[in-house]
Amino acid sequence: MGIEERDVWQLLEGVYDPEIPVLSVVEMGIVRRVELGAGEVTITITPTYSGCPAMDTIAADIRGALGKTGLSITIKTVLSPAWTTAWLSEAGRNKLNNYGIAPPLTPSGDKKALLMGERVVKCPRCASTQTKMISQFGSTACKALFQCESCLEPFDYFKCI
Amino acid sequence: MNDSLYNYLLMIGDNAMILGHRLSELCGHGPNLETDIALTNISLDLFGQTRYYFQYAAELAGDGASEDSVAFLRYPHQYKNVLLVEQPNTDFAFTIVRQFFFDAFHKPFLEQLSDSADKHLAAIAAKSLKEVQYHLSFSSEWVRRLGGGTEESHRRTQRAVEELYPYTGELLRPVPLETEMQQLGIGPDLEQVAGAFEETVTGLMSETALQTEGLSRHQSGGKAGIHSEYLGFILADLQYMQRTYPGMEW
Ligand SMILES: [Zn+2]
Repeated sequence: MGIEERDVWQLLEGVYDPEIPVLSVVEMGIVRRVELGAGEVTITITPTYSGCPAMDTIAADIRGALGKTGLSITIKTVLSPAWTTAWLSEAGRNKLNNYGIAPPLTPSGDKKALLMGERVVKCPRCASTQTKMISQFGSTACKALFQCESCLEPFDYFKCI
Repeated sequence: MNDSLYNYLLMIGDNAMILGHRLSELCGHGPNLETDIALTNISLDLFGQTRYYFQYAAELAGDGASEDSVAFLRYPHQYKNVLLVEQPNTDFAFTIVRQFFFDAFHKPFLEQLSDSADKHLAAIAAKSLKEVQYHLSFSSEWVRRLGGGTEESHRRTQRAVEELYPYTGELLRPVPLETEMQQLGIGPDLEQVAGAFEETVTGLMSETALQTEGLSRHQSGGKAGIHSEYLGFILADLQYMQRTYPGMEW
């Protein structure tokens, strides 16, 4: 059976970030490259945060998803260029918001929200911007904890890096 | 093998690992839930960064070395971290002041290391810098809150400053290995790092009326492997499994 690069990408679209199960590793921008050789494939990935405990799981899940291709799989990790929230697609940002995580603002908006306490992060539930930061570090390193003062719900905000 | 680069990687990685370990001791013991999560997230970032340095070091060492053997199978005098990071979590003020002093150094250090002639090291630094910016804003915010808070919080923060400030000189004074690395374009110019450090620290100290006047910064030795009594206890904890069951994995 002839496997093409786009088949590999399609399989990777089915691998989800274990901590944000609505986004695939492709939508997250974690998969940087796919190189298909004779009977083998090399997948290059990059970590979101250095200490992200999900990276080992992601590598294992990629192996699992590509296992049925029969290809010999190599997973390479690169650090440069460093992962940035700017790589999240518009579709990915909408999915995050629908899942209940406020997507990252622009770097300048992010600074206003996290360092200057300005009310610019939109509540993913009621869309109010009457929100305040509770903690710069949330349930994982990539998120900060916010609370909405309109509907009172706490929520995660995906920090800009 | 390039011994100098190998040792330099250990020097940087050991700082991240030992401070990461100190912070991990607070997992489940933070003063409140948010702070607990923040400190352990910072710990996790530092362990992640440690892994990059040690993976690279193991690659240079070859001969079956791994990030784990670099991390776990050395004796105390072979660790090159500065004395500041091994100081204990005496109280929350100590934990915060230790973190603030380290972050105030770490950020400008990584900014410069991002331009290293060694591309691998530059990539690690650029990646880590993004995380360390958040560390510094967290620790600064808490120094501001504690230093400018109640009489009690100010008194205890001042006590932590007096205990820990003497260890900050070691961060900024180059040992021969660092001078060698700087001359090769691999390591930062610590004089420039020191400039940024002083600016950050002096600014926040005066804002919160915390005093550093008259405190000497004489403590040093860690970079040469001469440690305080605390490191032995940390390593006993850290190395126990690998020493008891050599080569174990999970
Ligand atoms: Zn709301």
